[in-house]
Parts: sequence; structure tokens; C-alpha cells
Amino acid sequence: MTLLTVNDLWVRFPTRQGVFDAVRGISFELGQERLGIVGESGSGKSMTGRSILQLIRKPGVVQAAEISFQGRNLMELSERDMRSVRGNEISMVMQDPKFSLNPVMTIGAQLMEAYLQHNRDSRQNARNKCIEMLEAVSLRDPERVMDAYPHEMSGGMGQRIMIAMMLIPDPKILIADEPTSALDVSVQRQVLSIMDRLVRDRGMGLIFISHDLNLVAEFCDRVLIMYAGRIVESCPASKLREAKHPYTRGLLNALPRLDNPRTHLEVLQRQDDWTHAALEETQ
Amino acid sequence: MTAINVQNLDVWFGSVSAVRSVSFSVAQGQSVGLVGESGSGKSTILRAMTGLAPDWSGTIQILGQNLTGSTRTRGFFKKVQMVFQDPYASLHPRHSVDQVLAEALHLQGMDAINKRTEKLLNDVGLDPRFRFRYPHQLSGGQRQRVAIARALAGEPEVLLLDEPTSALDVSVQAEILNLLTDLRAARGLTYIMVSHDLPVVAHMCDTLAVMQNGSIVEMMTAQALRAHKAVEPYTRELLAAST
Repeated sequence: MTLLTVNDLWVRFPTRQGVFDAVRGISFELGQERLGIVGESGSGKSMTGRSILQLIRKPGVVQAAEISFQGRNLMELSERDMRSVRGNEISMVMQDPKFSLNPVMTIGAQLMEAYLQHNRDSRQNARNKCIEMLEAVSLRDPERVMDAYPHEMSGGMGQRIMIAMMLIPDPKILIADEPTSALDVSVQRQVLSIMDRLVRDRGMGLIFISHDLNLVAEFCDRVLIMYAGRIVESCPASKLREAKHPYTRGLLNALPRLDNPRTHLEVLQRQDDWTHAALEETQ
Repeated sequence: MTAINVQNLDVWFGSVSAVRSVSFSVAQGQSVGLVGESGSGKSTILRAMTGLAPDWSGTIQILGQNLTGSTRTRGFFKKVQMVFQDPYASLHPRHSVDQVLAEALHLQGMDAINKRTEKLLNDVGLDPRFRFRYPHQLSGGQRQRVAIARALAGEPEVLLLDEPTSALDVSVQAEILNLLTDLRAARGLTYIMVSHDLPVVAHMCDTLAVMQNGSIVEMMTAQALRAHKAVEPYTRELLAAST
């Protein structure tokens, strides 16, 4: 079942040097799956995630033939209708919990605000529901967390709180923009497995944006590889190691590997025709 | 010959002890990696060496010189230099590359600054046209190259690398790691590299020390690590998480 269809998406920024195209005419579909988007910084992967929720700030412009979510074209919605989609239907987890949580509100107050924004319920029920969610993301002692301020939390806890907050309205799609880049390797896995479990149990679609090829290969079902605003390759995550596009190969070879010691790492040789390349399918 | 010898190093911030009785030594021309998660005290060791963390006890000996407290002589900084994690934050936003390098050369008491600036740029693989640019006009990788060039200004013998590539893309990371490998080979530099990325450290270093909660839990060669000879459960955990 297709949850989200993106067709010919462009994100443009007017600059003094002319119009800069951050995303250039990409199309993809998302079902109840974990879709990874990888690429270097500046490849347009975050812009793709943000444009789905129309979170691109002015003077940026989003154009698309279609961004449809369960048959509704999000491009045609008013800002007011869009607000009911954000959070309720499609949620987003940002990179750094430090900047996404309000530092002067307790975590409980923020979670309850998110819940009460989308549901008519009593404060007591809201509180219970929030504690339930904190338990779902494996936070120990949720009562204490409810009354704590964000600075009292570690990065891993903060990111789990963000995930809990995003899942409270029970969205159909979760967009995770580098959710674990600010975390330690050991905590990374923990947060990912929690996210994985929740997404699986609820039959949600997940768009996982990351620059970490290994992580995406392991964690996602399908991967899109972006370069300079285009999707250069799309393949099942299990076959990422056999990817054909020279850019994907270059990225894979640039990683130091424990099982393959070399004195020099391979350096990516960029080619101009990658920027114009059409999508190559490797199914 | 031993370039760096650290014995029973304890570092604390106020009442928090960040590093607990850490001992290791680095031979001249060798490179040693410190791995561990954030808060394990790996950067703090470098900061104690350079005098950025004033409260420490134990002995730190660098190039035959015993260090005390947080004051370091000019001679120390000529031989020991540090490269920081975030090239976005470690360069002055209103100084051009030329100013940054010329200032470092001047402070190191070098002559023929104009010529040396050119050479430094060349050494780190930056085109001369970048010389009069400002940091915001450079990419992350180019900025890190400038930061490395600045560290090389005094022709140091020891480079302390504090997560030099963790803010960079994998493709750029490969370029910077290659540059660091080449520089070490060409100049016989001694490295201490701090990173949370096990494959990166194993790639760059001959020996690595795994840190947890301020202490070194295991020390071994990169070869032993590749051969899965890690003994400590924590090292195994890190290994499992990074492959």
C-alpha cells in the first residue's frame, strides 16, 4: 500500500548568483516500509524530508507535480490544513534533541502539550498517555523524566523523548532526519531499535535520512542515494553493497573497514555527468 | 624513542573526575588512538596535555619535557599542536586563510612568512586561489585542511587530533585521513588521535586504547583488533556496534 507519492519535486532557492536548485525533480513512493535516503551534505536529502511537510523557509520554493499522502495532494492544502497533517499524519524527528526541546519547559509539559494539541482529553489522561509513551521508548523511571528539564537528560534520552513526542498523535509516516548523528555509537543502536520496533508495530512508513551508509544498509528496507539534488540510485538495502552507480561505490569505498586494512582510502572522483544522470534501478 | 609518556594521569573538573589513572606511552613516529563514547575522557587527556584542563595530577612527559599545571612554553607549542573536531568553529570567521596561517607562522617565530604560507597550502593540498578566502567560502573539508595547515605552521613533531573528521562526510573524511597519513609519513609526525569511530582509528593508528568512564579498559594493536582478539566485553560491544 502506498502511503506517500512524490512526483517531480523541486526545491529552489533564489540567490544573488541566480536560482539554486537544492532538489531537482525527484520522484519516489513510500509504502509501509523503512526507506533510507543517503547522500553527502548538500545533496538535498534533508530538503526532501522537509519539503514533504512544507517546512522549507522563505525564500525557498517547493514545486512538485504531486506530493500525495493517502490520495490527498499536500501541495494544494492551505497552511491551516497543512497544520493538521503535520504531527497528526506525518511526523518528523530532527537531528539534535538539544535544539528541538524547549529548554525552559519540563519534558512532561512539552509531551502533554503535543498530546493535547491533537486530542481532546483531560490532563490526567494526557499525563498517563505520555508516561505510557515514555515507557514505550524504554526510558527508565518515566515519572521522573516527566518532571525533568531537557538539560537534565543525556543525548540518547533526549532523542528517545523526541521519538515519544512524535509518536503520541499516532502518525502514519515518520520522517527521521539524521536522528542518531548526534549520539554515540552504542546509544545509536538502542535508539534505532526502539524506533524500529515502534514503526513496525504500528505499520508506519519511515523515511530515514542519514549520511551513514552502514547504518542505512542495516536498518532500512530500501535505499535512495542522492547526489546534487537527484536520486542517482535506488536499491534494496540488503543489496547496497552491490550498488552499481560509481557515486555509491565511491562512498562505500571511502569508508575505512576493519576487515580490509589499506594505507590509503579511496577518494571519490566526482564526474559531471552524475548531476544529470537519470535514476538507475537496481532491483 | 618515547615521544609521549603519560603515567597515572587523573584529570578532574571541580569535583567530577573525568580521567582516572591513565597510563600510556607513544613512541616517536607512532600513532596511537583513543576510542570511547562521549564522556569517556578521551578528549580530556589531550586537553590536559595542552594545558586546557588545568586540574590534573600524575606525570605527562612530552619529547623529554615534564609538564606541570596549565602553562606551556612557546617551545612546547612549536613542537606540539592540536587539530580540533569542528572546522566550522575553530577558524576565525573574519580572518582569511592567509591571515590565519600568517599569524600562526608569525607566532611560531618563522621567517619568510609569504613563502611558507604558500608551502603550507600546498602541503595540505589546497589550491593557492583559496589563500585569500574566508572560512565561510570554504567547504568543511577545505576548512579542516586549513586547520591542519595552521597546526603544521611551527613544524611540530607531535599532532594531537581531536575527532578531526567526525564533522565531515565520508568522502571528505577519506581525503583528510589520506592527507594525515601522508603528512605523518613525510614528516615523521607522532599522532594521538581521539575518535568515537573504531574503523577510523584502526585505519589511522598502530595502537589503540579503548576508554570507558575515564579509564583505559583495553590497549591493543590495530592488528589484534582486526583479528578479533579483543578481550574486554566493552571493546567487543563497540566492535559489534561499528561493523
